[in-house]
Amino acid sequence: MTQKARQIGDTLLKVEGVSLSFGGVKALTDVSFEIREHEVLAIIGPNGAGKSSMLNVINGFYHPQEGAITYKGETRKQMRPYAAAKSGIARTFQNIALFKGMSTLDNIMTGRLLKMHCNFLLQALYLGPAREEELRHRASVEHIIDFLEIQSIRRTPVGRLPYGLQKRVELGRALAAEPDLLLLDEPMAGMNVEEKEDMCRFILDVNDEFGTTIALIEHDMSVVMDISDRVVVLDYGRKIADGPPDEVRANPEVIEAYLGISHN
Amino acid sequence: MNDTQAEAARVSEAGGLDTFPKLLGDLARRSPDHPAIREKDYGIWQTWTWGQVAEEVRALACGLAVIGLKRGDKIAIIGDNRPRLYWTMTAAQVLGAVPVPLYQDAVIDEMVYVVDHAEVRFAMAEDQEQVDKMLELRRRGSQIEQIVYDDDRGLRHYDQDFLHSFEEVQAAGREYDAANPGFYEAAIAKGKSEDTAILLYTSGTTGQPKGVVLSFGNLVQTAKNSIGFDGLTEDEDVLAYLPMAWVGDHLFSYGQSYVAGFCVSCPESRDTVLHDLRELGPTYFFAPPAIFESILTTVMIRMEDAGWIKRKMFSYFMAVAKRCGIRILDGLPVSFGNRVLYSLGKVLVYGPLCNTLGFSRIRLAYTAGEAIGPDIFDFYRSIGINLKQLYGSTEASVSITAQPDGEVLPDTVGRPSPGVEIKITDAGEVMFRSPGVFQEYHKDPEATAQTKTEDGWVHTGDAGFFSENGHLKIIDRAKDVGKLNDGTLFAPKYVENKLKFFPEIREAVAFGHDRDYCAAFINIDLEAVGNWAERNNIAYASYQELAAQPEVHQVIKRHIEAVNRDLAGDPQLAGSQIKRFLVLHKELDPDDGELTRTRKVRRSFVSEKYAKLIEALYSGTERTHVETEMIFKDGRKGIVAADIEILAAETVETAAPLKKAS
Repeated sequence: MTQKARQIGDTLLKVEGVSLSFGGVKALTDVSFEIREHEVLAIIGPNGAGKSSMLNVINGFYHPQEGAITYKGETRKQMRPYAAAKSGIARTFQNIALFKGMSTLDNIMTGRLLKMHCNFLLQALYLGPAREEELRHRASVEHIIDFLEIQSIRRTPVGRLPYGLQKRVELGRALAAEPDLLLLDEPMAGMNVEEKEDMCRFILDVNDEFGTTIALIEHDMSVVMDISDRVVVLDYGRKIADGPPDEVRANPEVIEAYLGISHN
Repeated sequence: MNDTQAEAARVSEAGGLDTFPKLLGDLARRSPDHPAIREKDYGIWQTWTWGQVAEEVRALACGLAVIGLKRGDKIAIIGDNRPRLYWTMTAAQVLGAVPVPLYQDAVIDEMVYVVDHAEVRFAMAEDQEQVDKMLELRRRGSQIEQIVYDDDRGLRHYDQDFLHSFEEVQAAGREYDAANPGFYEAAIAKGKSEDTAILLYTSGTTGQPKGVVLSFGNLVQTAKNSIGFDGLTEDEDVLAYLPMAWVGDHLFSYGQSYVAGFCVSCPESRDTVLHDLRELGPTYFFAPPAIFESILTTVMIRMEDAGWIKRKMFSYFMAVAKRCGIRILDGLPVSFGNRVLYSLGKVLVYGPLCNTLGFSRIRLAYTAGEAIGPDIFDFYRSIGINLKQLYGSTEASVSITAQPDGEVLPDTVGRPSPGVEIKITDAGEVMFRSPGVFQEYHKDPEATAQTKTEDGWVHTGDAGFFSENGHLKIIDRAKDVGKLNDGTLFAPKYVENKLKFFPEIREAVAFGHDRDYCAAFINIDLEAVGNWAERNNIAYASYQELAAQPEVHQVIKRHIEAVNRDLAGDPQLAGSQIKRFLVLHKELDPDDGELTRTRKVRRSFVSEKYAKLIEALYSGTERTHVETEMIFKDGRKGIVAADIEILAAETVETAAPLKKAS
């Protein structure tokens, strides 16, 4: 992998001893790891290993029964989604969650919501400060459109776009919030090879050009090994490995979790 | 401006405005605030005026001089239509270097030849994709020494010292310019009309591409003539979206723009062209027939989905337009009632339609390159778009003939353009001589001698003739034109094109060379004929079954007879009327070697493979049995057997059947 524009820095987010259960089902058991500034961290594991639950815990959608999360030096037992978004965590979803009837441009514009400060009345009347603010936000959205090369679908309602492009629009909306930490839940699921390659390039470019820290969940092992700096492996809600891709790939426990083992 | 500069400016003008750098300087002085070029970027049209363009080019030219670009060097330009790439052309021309635009989607293997043959030492690449190609060329041993790029996206880890960003080159140029006053003006003043302006490679259908050398004189004079012919002004708006390596774009978006001073706009990306077209609303537009065809198809499909009021209105007013639209456009007399209806149609249908397509301001549209279907052509003309055809080639700096306003006949390419002389050889080939005639093929005196005669006449390789009204009609490639046994001219492609304009006919192969009469194979269009069959309750299970239906044969027969009537109107081509035909039992397919990958019929292969069927066409039989080997989609081979009916079509006797003495 080529050298990075920014060196991987200190811990940005730390997960300590997190356990999460839904009734009798244990989704996560005593999971601890950290995400460092400017890195691309992949969370992998077989189906039902607790990957999506982990992301949901990080951005405050689920509240773990035990453990704590330290983000930017602030330790919390529970995070609320709004607070997470406000403090610079943006995410995409496994099943695309866009506004289907709205255009690409408008969908990405919604990502700017937390950065809009004018009140409702000014915005409705499109007066002085609201106008200026709108133009500023529109300019930054246009940069994202340019970055993701989606100019041709700027005005297209998102529901009409193919799946791969919808994923790209969702990434655009997350980027619009100018996050410090970007959580991607299976950004490449259901894509063909070409779309996957495009997506990989965009993820690396985001990481490299904006310095955004990225935590992603992915099934496609070759993708994970190619683009991530570090890999955390979950199995049955427990962390079984944590380290650089090559090390993780050679880890016998990981091989067992993925390939199974014969019990004679 | 200090004294040296003023002096140099005077010197450069002494020889007249005979090069593009001089023309740019003149525009920057005369109309510094007039828009020169636009590009849609970040969703907004960014504009540069002639004054600003002159500044950009100045910095760029000096910067290119700093990295070593000299008189006579070749600089490759590769990318989509971008202002900075057009400026690179001018900047190179300032220094006396020669721009060599390359087709942006060419793969490396195709580029290797051109770059080596032109001895390209410098390259201006649009983005990472193109930079990577240039780097690959270097690895393969090409001579490219310095590479400049426009868009730095994705190039942050490229640290080669021969790689420069556009901004970096311009900054160096500004410094150099300040340190060497008068350098820029002196460089411009050295340019002469007979200098090479550009090297354009034509993709030869056979063999390697040839580098066509065009001088400033060729391009400036051709641009002047064509501007005069169509009355273009500095207020035109043009969308530059066709490849920069194609001579048409070079004349319309560069040559004419610099001579007339009008504004050229570059689309945001290749995928947004139709949308940008609509936003821009050009006044002058060029497109190959395929684009006009696809726009029309979109309109028709959308209309079918529209509500019934709109559909009714559309079909009613399109009938009105068909009746009188073209006559109104040509300024011919039209009854008062039709005129009123047409005006109403303009408000209700044609106007909104043109607006949706981006044609509401259009004054002039051209198409060329292929034959355009008369229905498509008439559609645009009938709703008031002045669509015309021209005929040209790279070797002519585009213009050979064009249709003058008010004399637009769908199946001719018009009269000789101003300054162009045309003659038809005894063999029927079109030759021309004009101020735009190319200098030579780069480093290929043999090919030059074959194409261009001592006294400046150029062989086009096309067969054609002048119709009675003085318009040129191109019928085929000269090598494909044959003669019937009685000596009459037989132009297979001309006949086939006429047949293929019917949506039900997908492919046609005409025979007649050294035969007594003309006959044809027809391939039906499964989709169009299938739809028709469904509406008419004709059951079929496969292509073969559909192709054997007598009802289908009747439809095809009617179309062929229509073509025959059309051909009969032209004494030169009346002999090419189709007497007998058959509908093939299988689709001609590239997988079976019957078509090329670009879907052109491989005539000799087809006549060999279907020799038996051809014999049947020329014997008296009415039915013949045939077995053909074909390759299925999964690679298996199989035999298709069919009984094929040989049908006769009525031909029209012309008053005086033309027999040629030869």
